[in-house]
Amino acid sequence: MCKANIHIKLKSGVHDPQGKVILNTLHTLGFDNVKSVRTSKYFELEIENENNMDLTEQIDKICDEVLANPNIEIYEFNLENHS
Amino acid sequence: MRFNIIVFPGSNCDYDTYFVLKNVFHCKVDFIWHKQDKLKNADCVILPGGFSYGDYLRPGAIASFSPIMQELKKFAQRGGLVLGICNGFQMLLEMGLLPGSLMLNNTLSFICRNVYIKVINMHTPFTNTIAEKNVLKIPIAHKEGNYFIDEEKLKELQKNNQIVFQYCDKQGNTTEYTNPNGSVNNIAGIINKNGNVLGMMPHPERASEMILGSDDGKFIFQSIIASTFANHHKI
Repeated sequence: MCKANIHIKLKSGVHDPQGKVILNTLHTLGFDNVKSVRTSKYFELEIENENNMDLTEQIDKICDEVLANPNIEIYEFNLENHS
Repeated sequence: MRFNIIVFPGSNCDYDTYFVLKNVFHCKVDFIWHKQDKLKNADCVILPGGFSYGDYLRPGAIASFSPIMQELKKFAQRGGLVLGICNGFQMLLEMGLLPGSLMLNNTLSFICRNVYIKVINMHTPFTNTIAEKNVLKIPIAHKEGNYFIDEEKLKELQKNNQIVFQYCDKQGNTTEYTNPNGSVNNIAGIINKNGNVLGMMPHPERASEMILGSDDGKFIFQSIIASTFANHHKI
């Protein structure tokens, strides 16, 4: 089995209203040194991979076509082999 | 004139749309379950509002992979009229039939109220009977209606006259105060380059009879019907 850890973030120019509200709350609580908050999504996929193939291309396809919205989001991932 | 309304698990404006088309406009209307792979002799296909698949992943994302959507794509490519309302608009963006994305409202809240929208382009099959009245009162009901598109593509939308509706006040002024959700350029609805696929956040089916407080929404359906008859838009 292989595990893909996928992190999907908003592109840097895209406004993140949720992050802004969390930042305001942190300031209300006195955490004034926090200067910015960006929210993101994290996915863990377990993938069968008996022949130890390189799954990079497949994960790219999964991200581009389904998990991420390429208009506003970017992604990065790493793959772990585990039995 | 025959409409098809595609129904997904979680659609909730499908019956409102059906009611208006059937009882106000006396058209033929069919519900098409999203697992089907054929449309039914449609002149116009409507993707209704609601929360398909509970808005999982992103609103409209899972629905855009339903079997009927391949058929819808072909129908749109052949020039068939497609109207996406609210969640339906979100699906059209996810499918790539329209450019841009709909993000979380900048208020972070679900907004359900009447708004005014200015009709920017009256030369579409969805707006061609609006001529004398270019500000419509139609409700919105969404949490993810904050339209985003990058500057370069926005210019392209403007150049091609693809912005059809903008949020405004009663007099038709579009300012940041009349923008309910943070949409770029107050955008409430856009059309594709070919002029046959329209997506809009406001719900015309909820404002097509005066008993509901406004019947401005009927202009949209009336326009579709008029243009279909005028062009024999039979697909």
